[in-house]
Amino acid sequence: MFSLGDLYKEVIIDHTKAPRNFGKLEPCSHDAEGFNPLCGDQLHVYLQINDDNIIENVKFEGQGCSISTASASLMTQVLKGKSVDEFNALFGAFHDMATADMDAQPDEETLGKLAVLAGVKEFPSRIKCATLCWHTVKSAIEDAGQPARTE
Amino acid sequence: MVKALKACWVSNMNIEQIRNDFPTLHQEVFGHPLVYLDNAATTQKPQCVIDTVRHYYEKDNSNIHRGVHSLSERATKDYEAARETIRDFFNAKSAKEVIFTRGTTESINLVASSWGGANIGKDDEILITHMEHHSNIVPWQMLCERVGAKLKVIPMNEAGELDLAAYVELLNERTKLVGIVHMSNALGTINPIADMIKQAHQVGAKVLVDGAQAAAHIPTDIQALDIDFYATSAHKMYGPTGVGVLIAKEELLDAMPPYQGGGDMILMVTFEKTQYNALPHKFEAGTPNIAGVIGFGAAITYIQNIGFDAIMQREKELLNYATKKAQAFEGLKQIGTAKDKACVLSFVLDGVHPHDLGTILDREGVAIRAGHHCAMPVMQFYKVPATARASFSIYNTEAEVDALFDALTKARDMFA
Repeated sequence: MFSLGDLYKEVIIDHTKAPRNFGKLEPCSHDAEGFNPLCGDQLHVYLQINDDNIIENVKFEGQGCSISTASASLMTQVLKGKSVDEFNALFGAFHDMATADMDAQPDEETLGKLAVLAGVKEFPSRIKCATLCWHTVKSAIEDAGQPARTE
Repeated sequence: MVKALKACWVSNMNIEQIRNDFPTLHQEVFGHPLVYLDNAATTQKPQCVIDTVRHYYEKDNSNIHRGVHSLSERATKDYEAARETIRDFFNAKSAKEVIFTRGTTESINLVASSWGGANIGKDDEILITHMEHHSNIVPWQMLCERVGAKLKVIPMNEAGELDLAAYVELLNERTKLVGIVHMSNALGTINPIADMIKQAHQVGAKVLVDGAQAAAHIPTDIQALDIDFYATSAHKMYGPTGVGVLIAKEELLDAMPPYQGGGDMILMVTFEKTQYNALPHKFEAGTPNIAGVIGFGAAITYIQNIGFDAIMQREKELLNYATKKAQAFEGLKQIGTAKDKACVLSFVLDGVHPHDLGTILDREGVAIRAGHHCAMPVMQFYKVPATARASFSIYNTEAEVDALFDALTKARDMFA
């Protein structure tokens, strides 16, 4: 059985208390809002993507629980300098990790430090907290024009 | 625990005996005894309700109001007996005024759609309170969009009490309906509906009371209060999910068009014209939740057997005990401190988001609700995205309140 410590790792508590890349990015090329209607989490992500499809900068702001805040904070750290294609690969790997079978090992090679969030799969009601920021970036990049949802 | 339970004797009420009536309570969650403090979301069900539902499916399962065979006759008798039990409990004038629905939400939608559609027009006003559940906001917004009416909001103060002076100011001859939650599910506030109903009637407005949160905790006398429309759900009063009731004055129901068409709500159908059935059947199209209704009746009888004097005294003691602990807990801010409140302790804790609290407490066996409680405007008022909410019921104990605060201490330490 996973313990609370598997979810609330020190890294996660640290990112909760001092989220990285928190705030508005001006100017930015892409942005989107994300909502988790179940919990009331709200997130706004801002991206600066250059002509070569590289994410030059990414920031976020909003209100959410520890898991959604830490997940967004870690995500912004990882995405800086990545291409949009690399984002898509990470999105898939992160989603797989969060919804995988209990005994599945996260793809640490692809995910790097994001693997610290693997514990959410043991907490079904919290998976959406972790994935909200990823859905929001996806909708910003795709310019969906609709707020991202995790439903 | 034994010591705490001994202290729980209240008048004719033995907490240990009551707890034994609720099988769900006797289990462990993550190695801890379950501490169920999410009663405002739904209460647990006593064995008598479970047995009643089971009896229907095991012995009497059949359709009602149509069979001439024994099973159908028994089921019909029990279904209609539940209607009478519920009429008596809320002191409605006649069983014809008691309409079974899927719950409070459907009851309100029925009124908004059928009565509202026929009686509310362009520039008419609908008045609701700032602390309504979404189920008493959205149906009226939908109606307003459809007919061009205006939705106005009775404000509240920082304690979570309605501004009654502002309410009187808002009432006018264009006010057609006032929607009031009897007890706020997010704050615990008990609203002074008796005076508010009188004031609404003075300008000719009808009043809908949302009793979902209050019905199991404080008595409601529909005739004495002169309530026009009353909506509540079985599942928050120890009954099954998916069943509730709309109680409305007969003359209003008589004049209203049907809400849904189908079986059981008709007298005569031809392709040219349909004659509708008499009340209450006119508003009960289709095969209803028969087992649920019969179980609802059993739940009401269970509450009646304990009695509101004992229930209110006990729940007040629990809330006072929890409130004192909350006041002494560093970093905790209560949301909702009305003078007249019951059963709900809604709060935020410095440095720990309510959802994290919910998860951490669950691992200690303590079930609370974290979120906006389907009352987002209340969250907006207090400028919080969500609150944690512990809500109490007759079977909760002081020892369980202690377990809640022990778990909160752990959560606070984790994020310290």
